[in-house]
Amino acid sequence: MVSEKKNFAHNDIETLRSRVIVERDRVTSTASTDFPHTYPGQDLAFNLERFKEMFKIKINRLSKTEMEFDMSGIDASIANAFRRILIAEVPTMAISNVFVMNNTSIVVDEVLAHRLGLVPILADPTKFDFKTKDDTPMDTNTIVFKLAVRCTRNPNAPTTETDPLKKYNHSSVYSGDMIWDPKGDQAERFKECPIKPVFDDIVIAKLRPGQEIDVEMHCEKGLGQDHAKWSPVATATYRLLPEILINGEITGESAVKFQQCFPEGVVDVVVENGVKKAVVVNPRKDTVSREVLRHAEFENKVKLTRVRDHFIFTIESVGSIEPQDLFVQAVQVLVDKCAQVKRALQAALHSE
Amino acid sequence: MISKSLEEAKADVKKGIKDAQAHAEAMFGGKGLADPIPTVEDKWKLLPAFLKVKGLVKQHIDSFNYFINVDLEKIIKANERVKSDVDPHFYLKYTGIRVGAPERPDQEAMNRSYTPHECRLRDLTYSANIYVDVEYVRGRQIVRRKGVPIGRMPIMLRSSHCVLTAKNELELARMNECPLDPGGYFVVKGVEKVILVQEQMSKNRIIVDVDRKGFVQAGVTSSTMERKSKTYVGTKHGKIYLKHNSISDDIPIVIALKAMGMQSDKEITQLVCGHDSKYVDKFSPNLEECAQKKIFTQQQALDYIGAKVKSPKRAFGPGIRRPPSEEALDILATVVLAHVEVHDNNFRPKCIYVAVMTRRVVMAMLRGDLVDDRDYVGNKRLELAGQLLSLLFEDLFKKFNTDLKMNIDKVLKKPNRTQEFDVYNTLLFHGDHITSGFVRAISSGNWSLKRFKMERAGITQVLSRLSFIAALGMMTRISSQFEKTRKVSGPRALQPSQWGMLCPSDTPEGEACGLVKNLALMTHITVDDEEEPIVKLAFILGVEDVSLLTGPEVYLPDTFMVFLNGNILGITRHSKQFVSAFRRMRRAGRISEFVSIFISDHHNSVHISCDGGRICRPMIIVENGRPRVKTEHIEQLSAGKLSFDDFLRMGLIEYLDVNEESDSNIALYEREIIPESTHVEIEPFTILGAVAGLIPYPHHNQSPRNTYQCAMGKQAIGAIAYNQLNRIDTLLYLMVYPQQPMVKTKTIEMIGYDKLPAGQNATVAVMSNSGYDIEDALVLNKASLDRGYGRCQVLRKYATLLRQYANGSYDRLADPPVHPDDPTIVQEKFEVIDKDGIASVGERIKPGQVYINKQMPTNTSSDIGVNARDATANAYKNAPMSYKSAMEGYVDKVLMTTTENDQTLIKALIRQTRRPELGDKFSSRHGQKGVCGIIIQQEDMPFSDLGVCPDVIMNPHGFPSRMTVGKMIELLAGKAGVLKGELQYGTAFGGSKVEDMSRILIENGFSYSGKDYVTSGVTGEPLSAYIYFGPVYYQKLKHMVMDKMHSRSRGPRAVLTRQPTEGRSRDGGLRLGEMERDCLIGYGASMLLLERLMISSDIFEIHVCEKCGLLGYAGWCQHCKSSKGMAKMQIPYACKLLFQELQSMNVIPRLQLQNVF
Repeated sequence: MVSEKKNFAHNDIETLRSRVIVERDRVTSTASTDFPHTYPGQDLAFNLERFKEMFKIKINRLSKTEMEFDMSGIDASIANAFRRILIAEVPTMAISNVFVMNNTSIVVDEVLAHRLGLVPILADPTKFDFKTKDDTPMDTNTIVFKLAVRCTRNPNAPTTETDPLKKYNHSSVYSGDMIWDPKGDQAERFKECPIKPVFDDIVIAKLRPGQEIDVEMHCEKGLGQDHAKWSPVATATYRLLPEILINGEITGESAVKFQQCFPEGVVDVVVENGVKKAVVVNPRKDTVSREVLRHAEFENKVKLTRVRDHFIFTIESVGSIEPQDLFVQAVQVLVDKCAQVKRALQAALHSE
Repeated sequence: MISKSLEEAKADVKKGIKDAQAHAEAMFGGKGLADPIPTVEDKWKLLPAFLKVKGLVKQHIDSFNYFINVDLEKIIKANERVKSDVDPHFYLKYTGIRVGAPERPDQEAMNRSYTPHECRLRDLTYSANIYVDVEYVRGRQIVRRKGVPIGRMPIMLRSSHCVLTAKNELELARMNECPLDPGGYFVVKGVEKVILVQEQMSKNRIIVDVDRKGFVQAGVTSSTMERKSKTYVGTKHGKIYLKHNSISDDIPIVIALKAMGMQSDKEITQLVCGHDSKYVDKFSPNLEECAQKKIFTQQQALDYIGAKVKSPKRAFGPGIRRPPSEEALDILATVVLAHVEVHDNNFRPKCIYVAVMTRRVVMAMLRGDLVDDRDYVGNKRLELAGQLLSLLFEDLFKKFNTDLKMNIDKVLKKPNRTQEFDVYNTLLFHGDHITSGFVRAISSGNWSLKRFKMERAGITQVLSRLSFIAALGMMTRISSQFEKTRKVSGPRALQPSQWGMLCPSDTPEGEACGLVKNLALMTHITVDDEEEPIVKLAFILGVEDVSLLTGPEVYLPDTFMVFLNGNILGITRHSKQFVSAFRRMRRAGRISEFVSIFISDHHNSVHISCDGGRICRPMIIVENGRPRVKTEHIEQLSAGKLSFDDFLRMGLIEYLDVNEESDSNIALYEREIIPESTHVEIEPFTILGAVAGLIPYPHHNQSPRNTYQCAMGKQAIGAIAYNQLNRIDTLLYLMVYPQQPMVKTKTIEMIGYDKLPAGQNATVAVMSNSGYDIEDALVLNKASLDRGYGRCQVLRKYATLLRQYANGSYDRLADPPVHPDDPTIVQEKFEVIDKDGIASVGERIKPGQVYINKQMPTNTSSDIGVNARDATANAYKNAPMSYKSAMEGYVDKVLMTTTENDQTLIKALIRQTRRPELGDKFSSRHGQKGVCGIIIQQEDMPFSDLGVCPDVIMNPHGFPSRMTVGKMIELLAGKAGVLKGELQYGTAFGGSKVEDMSRILIENGFSYSGKDYVTSGVTGEPLSAYIYFGPVYYQKLKHMVMDKMHSRSRGPRAVLTRQPTEGRSRDGGLRLGEMERDCLIGYGASMLLLERLMISSDIFEIHVCEKCGLLGYAGWCQHCKSSKGMAKMQIPYACKLLFQELQSMNVIPRLQLQNVF
């Protein structure tokens, strides 16, 4: 056999195991292979000690509504489970019943109710019970809001005024006009953080003089899988950490071109001995546009991969629950589910 | 007067040319000849300017305006006198006519002016009074009266007499009218009716064609105010004959010419053949035939024809019978080729006309390619609302006058009258013949004209308000008179001459394909124009009267015959100069801009047309290789200093009709102008119509896909009009959150589709997912639906009249019946009824509940005046209207009003709000329709690196065979638009370029191809393919599963046959038809057959008498008067019915029973 010159595009076992390979018009090595007997000589059986050692979480960004963190050393299935639970299975409170006393606006009752339902409510869902169909509304499972707005002419506005916001009072109905009506001991229980819509400036309807909206709303606890209004996140998502490998050196003008193939800050052009040279500085910023793979001159010089077990996780909360709490709750949901499965399995084993 | 103005005109033209030269020198003084010609950017801006002046349905409105402002007076003039047979001194003369403003017919109303919307709501007819000025004899005086109403005329919306004309948005809003509504339709009995544009062959033009046997014939449809008839000059066995309906036999052409006074064979030959000996050879057999028949003089010819004239049915009065030759002369003068008028028995023009027709036949016999194309758009005329109404009005008016005359005669016949006869009273209370005639014709669509024995159905249609586009598309629709059943492809095929005039994409599929067409964006349809000034102008410009010339002179090689609207005017020897001078006059505005002139080199003729119904469109004039429209003109246009009409007046642009267009050299783009160019297109995308204009990048699609989209765009649910929430239509579909498309076209902006859109920008992933997406099915994201994607409302009208009966009783409304013990308990059925007996607005109404609790008197016929106290006389029976639907609804609106004849009308509008469900139909704008195959959870959806997950997943197998590349580019442009934060354009033959879109994608960190790295939502691992991912505008179509799904286990049966009813609306069964039956027979499943066809259908038990074989009853045979030998058996009820029906017709079917086993 002829001795093989190592081709850059050739993938060694370690790359195949730990990297997703981003090619020009396909993605390869997408599936996880971290289980025994995949590769000769490697055990890869799950090992708690090693997991503890490898698993890392690093928070990059955190605000009231958004969080980005790195989670590495974990299988995609688990990371995806967190993502799915965040979207669909962390409970929140949302308006589910609207009682229309009067609605003379052009937004019809069903649409008004639908819009109200989508308004995120700032209330701790852990302090409420799920309300089943047969349950009567109680202070333990229901929050009551009232919205009574009537549009009138603004007597102080000049006659030439054309802006409806100035010309009329209450020409727009905002979520801030919703008033919490505490029932039972709710006023006491939620003294610390009174219940209200997360944002006060969501437009619910527009009115003109003489029109009126008078509704009562009941919030219930629910899950995102039943209706998107109960989803606590705008979205929860992750991406794999990108990796840019350069074979040899990219110098001269093509270094600049190389740099331009990536978003700003991914590749730097340094001058070494009077020669421009492309250096990857921050692959995390890469959006994996694969632009670099389009150009013939970089063929075999660059390889794009993504680290299979390194998730850059983003949680965008709608604001009712802060993102760091959301993740903890999501983990708790998963733990509870596992416990349930465990119990069921045990029961099945014992019954035999 | 005219000649004076013409001289002025000439002077003006000369001055204009000088001015233009001076202008050009001043403008381009500093520039050399070698400088590149600056191209006019944004010349498309002429298009919105055009639409601002013309509007999309201007043709309808123009035509109607012409009718009520000009044509009405002509009709009155033609029928101005009503005389009496009794009193020869009496006459009534119409001296004037006008149509008033739309007013309520109710005389007592405080404010008589009303709006179209009130008519729609109250089921009224939007109409105005027709007032005439009359002059008549009363006793010995002549009395003049002005403004006598004779009937009511339905008024076209936005026409010159409509209250909506020239109103701004605020005023329109006050009248509950949408500013984007194009108008051009009528409101008759509360229904919006459109008079469709009718396509016809042009009148009074010679069309030469070859019939099935290969014989050449030249035909003319003569059309005058009095009559319409067809005349043919055709060949039979190499000889030429004249054919006409009123003559039973074909007349040899020479005899016909001799009958018209052209007795010399030489003159005939010269006038037909000119110098050409080949023509003479071909024509001479005809002369021979005539000679053989021994016909040499006019009298002989007339006698010959007179013998063949069909005896006229109309009574000339008893006993008066004219000699046949006179009859023949009369028919030749007035019926044959009626449009060539014969004054004082001067047949010369008609002779020449017949000779020209004959010459055309001879030419076509010699050269097959000289046959005319019947499908050529230049040979077509479009008949519009105005023309149709004018025909109708004249008919009604004539009937009105004959009725009036009869009434007058009736009164005048009385020998001694107490009062002096005043015809004014007769006129005033003459009945509503005209009013009801209009209303009947428009609301039924049946145009029956006694004069022409015309009976046409389906002229009007109800304006479809399914979507804004549907309504708009209907206004531009053209229906053809051609039969749908015939299998010829010619009339259906795309005609090259329809370029720019008729939309190449917008036509229905199926039987009407190619016969129903749509106008393109810039098309204008002409109205009739005065002929006289044009005749004068032509003669001033050097046309010689043809009557003064002989054949050889007429057919000199450089001599061109000049026609005006198909009639021979004369000849000219300098055709080019004549035509260009004529055009100059037109550009200078001395004659109407819609007069067309062109040279036909085949026939050595110049044709001038000023008749109505020609299709034309504006174009930029090119002079010396440069367009006359310059950048500064466009700048002034944008600044609002110039309007489209100014461009016309300045002679920068002009209208060309199809014939003149074919005679011009039109460059598509400025860069393609060559020295021969005469015009340049304003914008290429105007070849499409309003509906096809919605499609982004249509020039990248396979053409049938655009046609499919044209059909589907009209079914898309969206916003209908600004007044949509004030309307009470039978069925209204509205989208809750409509969006304007990310990828627009210029057409979209111009027609206002961005303000009244029908669809939403869905994020689409083009990938296979789940297997529930085969056969174009779509996968929808449940969270998107939760958030309002595809949500729509269906509003349905339920109306009833509270009638008043002849005996004085009337329907009434009743409050909900209450529980006898506790008045607070109301039956569930009546829960939503208010105290007034009508459902309260805002109530949720469940299927089966009553919304109008109407009661009808039990006795509506007999007189109750005497025994009104009688209990039975006042008894009422319940006739409640209950809500029937599969889904609960909400009472949206209730209207209680009175109609024109004072009956109470109640309309209730019930609304359903629907979210998309499995099986609902969606479509993109590229003819790619599909139903929802599965709805999946958001967490199961694939997501991109940014966490974006699609609203819709579309199967990529939809692309290869459909070749809708436009959709792919739409996605790319949409994605780029989203990333850049601006809307992109997909205008036909232009629009945002793919290269630019890719650049924007790259700049924003996306792949140039639009394909994204996507992670599976189910496994959490990346997909091994990149997914084409981005926004595409999706329409929700009106076909929803809820309205279609149907099943039945048992249910109602038809009364007569006792078989299950048919159809979903009657909860009918699903028929096991003949072919299905054949399958079961073939398979041998006899018991299944028995079960399906009898047991589960109309099984019936009969008693048969074994002796006589007739049906008995309850074990007794009425025929044998015995109960012996009666057998019981089961047969289908339909079979028993057949037996009885046969018996009723004296056929006795007897059953012979045998034991089978």
